[in-house]
Amino acid sequence: MFELDWGQLLWIFTTACVVNNFTLSYFLGLCPFLGVSGRIDTALRMGMATIFVMTVTSICAWFLNTYVLPHAPYLRLISFIVVIASTVQFVEMTIKKLSPALFKALGIFLPLITTNCAILGLALFQTNKAYGFIEGIIFALGAGAGFTLALVLMAGIREENELATIPDVLKGAAMSFLIAGILSMAFMGFAGLFSKTA
Amino acid sequence: MPSPKDSYEEMVKGLWRENPVFIQLLGLCPALAVTNSAINALAMGAATTFVLVGSSLLVSSMRNLIPKQVRITTFIIVIATFVTVADFTLQALAPVVHKELGAFIALIVVNCLILGRQEAFASRNSTRVAVADAAGMAGGFALALFMLGCIREILGSGSLFGFSLFGPNFEPWVIMILPPGGFLTLGLLLGIFAFVKERRLQAAQATADSPAERRAA
Repeated sequence: MFELDWGQLLWIFTTACVVNNFTLSYFLGLCPFLGVSGRIDTALRMGMATIFVMTVTSICAWFLNTYVLPHAPYLRLISFIVVIASTVQFVEMTIKKLSPALFKALGIFLPLITTNCAILGLALFQTNKAYGFIEGIIFALGAGAGFTLALVLMAGIREENELATIPDVLKGAAMSFLIAGILSMAFMGFAGLFSKTA
Repeated sequence: MPSPKDSYEEMVKGLWRENPVFIQLLGLCPALAVTNSAINALAMGAATTFVLVGSSLLVSSMRNLIPKQVRITTFIIVIATFVTVADFTLQALAPVVHKELGAFIALIVVNCLILGRQEAFASRNSTRVAVADAAGMAGGFALALFMLGCIREILGSGSLFGFSLFGPNFEPWVIMILPPGGFLTLGLLLGIFAFVKERRLQAAQATADSPAERRAA
């Protein structure tokens, strides 16, 4: 567990972050991606909270996969979702106690992390790929960083976009999807970045 | 006791007027992720329909027993149970489709459409109306998925349900079955719907205005 292959870890991180970006190539976490990408600073804070929940979920999922689920595989989904819901609840209570200002700033987005499919997706992918403890944490950090990156990029483009003239019928959601499509095309350029080492 | 007409109303509204994907923008992750072919879209629509109708039935029949403080947790566990059933059933009946859809069957748990319907509708209404509403919403969701799946498969692979449509000279527009195609298709569809709606509004206004007013303007 403590013998680390740094090349492998770097590969996991980069793959999860840009090559297979959770939002732009797996379509995970689209609700916050479209809902919270209005302003850059909110997007960044949302990203941070998501990274934290993802990391904790990854650790819990590893323990569940190793010690509990071999005995009861049909409980996988239920136990994962309960872990995620309690983590989010725990984070919410901690932030409320430690920093009421931050709690207020995050507002409704905090409890909504529970239904962010990127988090459950992370736990499931980690299980499918049979990642170890450290690998799982790196995978979670990479996926979280990728989510934050996509969110902040999107928020930046949308802030600029407010000043642009666009056809009336495309305003709102339609325009966001078109922007996301172009962003996603840009991220496809990362495919093949690691084809040799993979 | 609601009349059959009410149930019918609740069912029809989800199909188009309050379509979950096109109008409410809910449940977008599966709507984009698995719609690279029509058959995948159909399987996803069927699985979601099963989960949504099943959990609405259960939640609405237990709505007086669930304590308010833990209702979200209860809903999630009910949904997760149905998803597990759907997951294993699909694995047994159609292993190929199950493999194509991958983790997205399991991810139905966090489809915000399903939790949203439990919270907003099933936990407040009688079983019959709740099931009608769930069936309508799920039907609308499946319809939207099927539309997206057909468009993307026809443009991206030149086929429908795996049957080639245009003959060997067709150059497939590969980007449509890749991730960007999902975003672009949905964005353009939303744009077209908005355009049609605006045209209809304008037409309605034009007929509503009397000729005299129009001349004055």
